[in-house]
Amino acid sequence: MPYSADLPRPSARVASIEAVEQGLASCGYIPSRQIATAVYLAERLAKPVLVEGPAGVGKTELAKSIAAWLSLPLIRMQCYEGLDEAKALYEWKYGKQLLYTQILRDKIGEVLGDAASLDAALHRLHGFGDLFFSADFLEPRPLLRALQEPGGAVLLVDEVDKSDQEFEAFLLEILSDYQVTIPELGRIAATVPPVVILTSNSMRDLGDALKRRCLHLHIGFPDAALEERIIASRVPEADAALRGQLVRFVQSLRGLDLKKPPSVSETIDWARVLVLLHAGALSAEFVRETLNVLLKFEVDIETAGRQLGELTARARG
Amino acid sequence: MNATEPLRRFFAAARGAGVRISPAESIEAMRAVDAVGFADRAVLRDTLGLVLAKTVEEKQALAECFDLYFRRETPDAPPADEPADPSGEGLAGLLLGGDPAAVAQAMEAAGEAAGLPNIRFFTQRNLYTRRILDVMGLRAVEAAIGEREDAEAQLLTEAVAGLRATVRDFVERSLVLFAREETEAFREELLRSTRLSNLDRRDYDRMRVLVRAIARKLAARYARPRRRRLRGQLDLRRTIRRNMGWSGIPFVTVWKEKRIEKPRVVVLCDVSGSVAAVSQFLLMFLYALNEVLADIRSFAFAGSLIEVSEILEHQPIEPAIAEIMTRIGFGSSNYGNSLADFEEGWIGLIDRRTTVLILGDARGNRTDPRVEILERISTRAKRVVWLNPEYRNAWGTGDSDMFRYAPHCQMLRPCSTLRDLERVVTDLLEMTR
Repeated sequence: MPYSADLPRPSARVASIEAVEQGLASCGYIPSRQIATAVYLAERLAKPVLVEGPAGVGKTELAKSIAAWLSLPLIRMQCYEGLDEAKALYEWKYGKQLLYTQILRDKIGEVLGDAASLDAALHRLHGFGDLFFSADFLEPRPLLRALQEPGGAVLLVDEVDKSDQEFEAFLLEILSDYQVTIPELGRIAATVPPVVILTSNSMRDLGDALKRRCLHLHIGFPDAALEERIIASRVPEADAALRGQLVRFVQSLRGLDLKKPPSVSETIDWARVLVLLHAGALSAEFVRETLNVLLKFEVDIETAGRQLGELTARARG
Repeated sequence: MNATEPLRRFFAAARGAGVRISPAESIEAMRAVDAVGFADRAVLRDTLGLVLAKTVEEKQALAECFDLYFRRETPDAPPADEPADPSGEGLAGLLLGGDPAAVAQAMEAAGEAAGLPNIRFFTQRNLYTRRILDVMGLRAVEAAIGEREDAEAQLLTEAVAGLRATVRDFVERSLVLFAREETEAFREELLRSTRLSNLDRRDYDRMRVLVRAIARKLAARYARPRRRRLRGQLDLRRTIRRNMGWSGIPFVTVWKEKRIEKPRVVVLCDVSGSVAAVSQFLLMFLYALNEVLADIRSFAFAGSLIEVSEILEHQPIEPAIAEIMTRIGFGSSNYGNSLADFEEGWIGLIDRRTTVLILGDARGNRTDPRVEILERISTRAKRVVWLNPEYRNAWGTGDSDMFRYAPHCQMLRPCSTLRDLERVVTDLLEMTR
């Protein structure tokens, strides 16, 4: 097997699924059991996690929270069409290399001047290391930085579905072996394998090769109980009664036929807005005024607006 | 480790449910299960979902399969290896003992001994039920009942009837689990080679999956932006970079590259009465194409032609197809008229990077085929591809104008089964190379 569970991992704190749940919760991220299992397995099997799900359910937040919990640096790489190796992995410090050749030209006479013959000069030249393509001139980009981080890191490859297929293929070596090959320098392997989180919004289908190397985690909308816990953690100012009502309201809103149902991030925003407005309880009036926080499309606001009274009444129980 | 055996069989069952599991993945899954243990059912299910499934649908299928499978299996207490005592003494004791767990365990063991995981067909249910009961020692118990006439015999008779039902149920569940792999594969194979016009409505769901897979193959190829080197234009920056090692003397040259834009696709789909049997399917293909290709315009025609891109984009597949059919479908087709409609309204869509895809039987009910319009389209477009749902030897018979249109098509294929479609798509990809 190219990888092994015996590799030193950055933390022994990932001892059990419960430990993951508590650890993430202490950083303000309330994971579902499934998410905790995924993080735990990612640690135990040294595998990357591919996270899919609708926008705003906390895919990126998960990576941030893992980094905060394990006190590891978070290295984030945002993918986009046209992203290539030079921007993701490494680049040579072009300017410095230029300067180096200038210096080399000036100094070469001094160094080789007293050589008796051409052979001797060549011999002496070979004595110097090949500095031109050395680590000194290497500009590490996110992927290489994540491998070189001495204490390990959390590498977040955000929206990997937006990158090209070629780039996806290029990721494979890093994901399966935690190493990269730089032609001039050879193989660079991670000292401590990073925790790798990839996120995808399913813009396009990812290749099977990539999926096979990852644990596939789908984060959907949370159930009411979990969402209440999330709100309690994120917006502690909202009291329990309001929390219950707004979560029930959002949950029933998701049942409607909407273009873009509200996500967890919208629920959190809405809770903050309601707290700012000193709303003690939901009322149809309040909801109507603040609905644009939850719904981002005019059509959706119209759809929901028609049933607002009923939805509010139901949420108030 | 004997705990891996139920897992291995679960993989077989999961494959049957449509989840692809490679050997490497099953090893990975075993490692994962090692890490989490068997104790917590929900965690075990999540774990297998994380490692094995690659899409949300697969997760769903896997979870269902898991529930079905592990309701049967007790992975933390693997069934005893030795089959139950065939003398019947043990069975009678078991039945009267009133311990359902012990009975279930004996049944598991007997199932194993009778080779139950090999069950493949519905018709084998009775055979396997009988075999399991034999292994459990039913004959001896029945003989014992025959000899005695007391209350215990009465009790045993009832218990045996109960056992029979339980075993039968057990066999049926196994059939669902283990036979699905074969039957699914068989069904799919059948679907691929059946004439599209002969397909049943109930096969549509599966068809849709297959059609989507084909369309996606096409899209994956199209969506990739390709680069071509521009001859004679030096990329100065990259050339200098490349030759730094030789103090800027350009030993190696780098040429500028040009990105080739993604091609456009225009699809004209016949939905008239003559192709009614297959138009559902053609529209399905069109819908799938719409899902996977970014730059596509879709048209449907019978007597005249309308654009349907909007409908396909904004509605789910069933209502979309229904709406198209009510708006334009079922009439008698008039190819000349439809082509004229297209030329009048949308000829501007077609430029040298457009692929025009026509799905239809070219039967215009003896109306003027207006071949010259197709010729004009063909000269403007990158290529015209015509897929005809009829067999090749039906072309040109009756009112078919296929051979008149043929000279203006760069590619012309019969497309009457899914397999044909697959082949056509592959050829199309070859052509774009």
